[in-house]
Order: sequence, then C-alpha cells, then structure tokens
Amino acid sequence: MTPGINEGADRTTQERMVPVAGFSWTRFMAVLKKEFIQTKRDVPSVIMAVVMPVVMLLLFGYAVNTDVDHIPMVVWDQSMTADSREVVQALRNSTYLDPDQYVQGYGEIEDAMNSAKARAALIIPPDYGKAIQGGDTATLQVFVDGADPTTARAALSAVQAVGTERAWQLQSERMNLQGLGGAIGRPIEVETRVWYNPEMKSTLFNIPALIGLILQNVIALLTAFSLVREKERGTMEQLVVTPIRPVELLLGKLVPFVGIGFVAFAVALLMAIFWFDVVPQGSWVLLILLSILFLVTILAIGLLISTIASTQIQAMQMTVLLVLPSILLSGFIFPRETMPLFLQALGGMIPLTYYITIMRGIFLKGVGLEYLWQDTLILLVFLVGILTLAMKKFKKNLD
Amino acid sequence: MGGKVKAVELAIQCRGLGKRFGKYTAVQNVSFDLPAGTIMGFVGPNGAGKTTTIRMLCGVSIPSEGTAQVLGYDVYKQPEEIKQHIGYMTQKFSLYDDLTVEENIDFYGGIYNLSGETAANDKARTVARINLAERMDQLVASLSGGWKQRVALACAILHGPKLLVLDEPTAGVDPVSRRVFWQIIRQLAKEGMTVLVSTHYMDEAETCDYLGFIFYGQLIAFGPPAEMKAREQKATLDDLFVYFVEREAVDDPRNQRGR
Repeated sequence: MTPGINEGADRTTQERMVPVAGFSWTRFMAVLKKEFIQTKRDVPSVIMAVVMPVVMLLLFGYAVNTDVDHIPMVVWDQSMTADSREVVQALRNSTYLDPDQYVQGYGEIEDAMNSAKARAALIIPPDYGKAIQGGDTATLQVFVDGADPTTARAALSAVQAVGTERAWQLQSERMNLQGLGGAIGRPIEVETRVWYNPEMKSTLFNIPALIGLILQNVIALLTAFSLVREKERGTMEQLVVTPIRPVELLLGKLVPFVGIGFVAFAVALLMAIFWFDVVPQGSWVLLILLSILFLVTILAIGLLISTIASTQIQAMQMTVLLVLPSILLSGFIFPRETMPLFLQALGGMIPLTYYITIMRGIFLKGVGLEYLWQDTLILLVFLVGILTLAMKKFKKNLD
Repeated sequence: MGGKVKAVELAIQCRGLGKRFGKYTAVQNVSFDLPAGTIMGFVGPNGAGKTTTIRMLCGVSIPSEGTAQVLGYDVYKQPEEIKQHIGYMTQKFSLYDDLTVEENIDFYGGIYNLSGETAANDKARTVARINLAERMDQLVASLSGGWKQRVALACAILHGPKLLVLDEPTAGVDPVSRRVFWQIIRQLAKEGMTVLVSTHYMDEAETCDYLGFIFYGQLIAFGPPAEMKAREQKATLDDLFVYFVEREAVDDPRNQRGR
C-alpha cells in the first residue's frame, strides 16, 4: 500500500466511526496519561503526598498524647520524718507524679502553681509522723491545678490511690501490733484487666485514627486542586467543547490520585509500624481493602469540592471546612459517645468517623468484617452518594 | 441568500436563535445560513453576544429559543456529535502549560478518540502543516504567544473537523504570527473546511467570504463583505463598523423591549 492510499483509508474510517455515545477507552486513557505526566512534573504535590503524612504523623503522634504522667509536684514537708519521706516516695513510685521539689510555706506553693512549675502540691503537716506512730489519724493536704481537667483528674486519682494504699498498709500493721490476727484481707478486691491496649498507650489509640485523618486531608486537597486548576487555567472551557464525557474525565482524574493516596497510606502505615510500634492486630488484607474504600471516598469528596469551587483558594477553604470538624467530631480525639446528640449526628456525616472505627477495630482489637460491616456499608453509601452528586454537579457545570 | 441556498451544502443553519440568562437577553433572533467550505467572520463590539452565539452553535450552551443545525446536527439533540466534528479554539489558547507541544497534541488526539495509526497519521499531517516539528519537545509554558496560538490551532484541527470555530484567535498576537495563522486558515478553507471566526480586526474580516455583524445580541447584517459595504455605501469595513455602532447604539432593542 502506498502512503497516499493508506491516508485516504484512514480518513474514511475516521469519518465512519462516530464514537460519540458511551464510554470511550481512548478518551479515558488520554486523560489518564495527561494526569500522570502532570503529576510527575508537579513535584510539590508529590512531595506533599509523601512528606505530609510523615510530618503530620510525627507532629500529631507526639502532640496528641493524652497520657498524663510525671506531673510536676511541689512538697512542703513540715514533718521531715521517715513516714513523710515514705509517702513522698510512694507518690513518686506511682510515676503519675514527680514530687521532686521541696518548698517552704504557702507562698512558695502559690508561686510554683501560678508559674505552672508545679501542677500539684502536697502539704505534710508537722504532726504527721507523730500521728502515724501514735495510731492517730494523719491528714495530708493536696492542691491540684484544675485549669486542665485531664491533668487534674490524673493527679487526683493518683494521690487518692496512693493515699488509700498507704492507709490500708498502716491499718493492717496496726491491727497486727494489737494482735488482731495475721494478714488482714481487704473486704473487696477489685481485679482489673484492660483489654486491647493494656498499657493504655495513647499512641496505640491515636495513630490508626491519625492515618485516616492524614489521608483525608492530603488527598481531598490534592484532588480538589487538580480539577479546579483546569478551571483556573481555562482548559476546562476547552474540554467542554470536546466530546469528552464527564465520567471519562472524572475517572481519568481520579485514578492517579488513587495511586498517590495509596503511597501516602503506605508511608503512614510503615511509619506507624516501625516508628511508633503500632502494629495492626487484625487482617492485613481487610485493612488495605477498607483503606482503599476510604481513599476512594475521600477522592470523591475532593471531586465534589472541585465541582463547587472555582479557584484553588476556594477549594482550600472548603477543605479546611471539612478538616476542622472532622478532627473534633470524628472521635479522633474526643469520644463521640459523650457528645450531645446533635454533635454525634454531625460527626456521623463525616466518612472519617467510620474509617476511624474500622482502623481502631483492625489495629487494636484485631476484629474482622463480622464487627465492622456496618461501618463498611456506611462508607460505601457515602462513596456512591458523593460520587453521584459530584457527577451531577459536574454535568451542570458543563452547560 | 434566498432560494439558491438549497443547492449548497450548509455548514450552519440557524433560525431565530436566542439565549436568555434569567431576565437578561444575551442573544436574540439570530438567523443565517453558512455554506460549507467558506470562512465566516463574526464582528461586533465586546459583549455584543458573539461568544454566546458561538457557544450555542458548538453545542455547549442550550439556546433559549430558535433552531440551529450545525453540520446537519441539531444543537438541542446532538450536541456531542457537533463537538466531535468541530474544532474549537479561543484567544486563551487553552493548552496545558506543563505539558510539551507533543503531549498536548497527543492529549487532544485522544480526547477526539483518535488512536493507533489514525492518530499517528493525523498528528504527522497536522504537525507538518503547522510546521511544529521542531517545537514538539518544548514545554508550552516556554512558547511565545504566536507559537501557543499555532499549537492551539493544531490541537483544534487534529481530528479533521468539518467546521473550525475560532473565538478571537488572533487577539494579542504579533502581526507576523497573525499573517501566518491566516495563511493556514485560508488553506484549510480551500481544502473544504468551514471556518467561523470572531475578530476585532477589520483587515481579517475583509478577507472572509461572509460577515456577520452582531450588535446588542442581534445579527443586524449578514453577507459577503463587498456586498455589505455596497449596500450601506461605505468605502471600508471600518466605516461600516462605526456606522453600525452609531446607528444601533441609539436603539438598543434590549433597552426598549416594550417598543
């Protein structure tokens, strides 16, 4: 065949095939290829997708630490006896309090509390040793800085626990001395077992949720930007006049971000395991599958944002509008059960809420779909709903 | 026009085309027949309704009233067919700055559903015609306005459209690039492509086969430039343009709808 004939044949085939209706693989692949090239050249976005999870995980992993221990405490020991030193030592051994600083007088206590050098103060009266030895009741006075309720509660319960323990010990010693029988058992012994997170480390609780939060923030923003950029640069106006279908364009835009999102997820997961020592107890397959489900849901949110916003700044503001409530309401830091019903309902409208439940379930409890199917189902509903809405919105924009 | 139009194949045929945005009438009662293979210039002040009319003809904006057939396709029922068979380019040269010339061309080729050998042939032909071979690896961001315009044109004619729609394609481009651009456009028309082009340059309008003057949303004159000048007894298109503007400014139909 000569090139001339060949060319002529091509013209006719081209005119014959009017591939307008239906999904076109060629058009979809064109978008996909373009997105991959653009993403590859957009170094800041790639860095953001990889570095942001690391930075945020480190930042939040350490900052959002609700473990309260080693609370600084000042001691005004007016007794200066072996008994008073013993009680201070018992407090120190609890590790909740650091009764390391000795002061004299209320003035110094007030100074220490006002300047936040100490969060708690212990006052041992002058007659403490005498009362203990003489079989009388001794009184210990404790001040706690209640400005931060979490710290205050931890300090109070530590002091009370140590106090009760000491009291029991003395009581049985005294009864022994009076010859009232050998080892006196306590009337009630409470045996406690903490499940799932026996050491009650807050990283174990926070890190799995944090992975979800990070994915949400990074991916929603990047996705939203990618479509809004087309609007800002005017290329959308051109695309509208081409036979591209909304589905082809949106899918072509989504797929590269599934890749980026998965890299971000992998980075966060590896950090959790190797840096924070937070290892999933449950099924890896389930963890990855449900994470992909969440990822795609977040991508859909990003798309929805990009169909509403017309500039990158607007997209940024809308993403912040999603991020802030999701930190507070998703159960990431504060338990949802104790929130007013209205806020619980509000948190229920955030997909992250369900992903956090899923992540904690798999990471901490090692449970499978038999316990997580409801959350999974809700995520699916979110995905379908948001994607449908985004497509609808997008079609209108084409008009 | 009249009776003999039937014999000619029409690229565009519209009757009473209008577009309202809420209460505002952007375009009303636009009717004309454009024979295939001709160049039509669309002239009028900014905001007169050129772009709105063009968008309706491209199947992007649904008209509020009237009928229009573009390349035999109905703008209401077959907008996607229209989009597949036209090429469209605006003054913004909507290219991807962070892609090379070749990547842009490949992208639009894919968008017009060209693949395999067809795509390769169309690309080679277009690149040769517009003389882009040496610029293929260059990022669009690094091109001058004139070159961007040519790349945008390449992307618009890649799929061999029967109608090429150009919305102020030469605005802000240097005179040399403008001349090169028009040489290509005329050559395309000679080969049978119909061209609809809006412009502010009267020298460009002068060389069109047909001219449409649009003012205040109405097509107030349509025909070959020479005929139009003769009808109003004006020596140049510039004079004609000014004459139209001054005449029409007195009675903007949209301001006196109750008349």
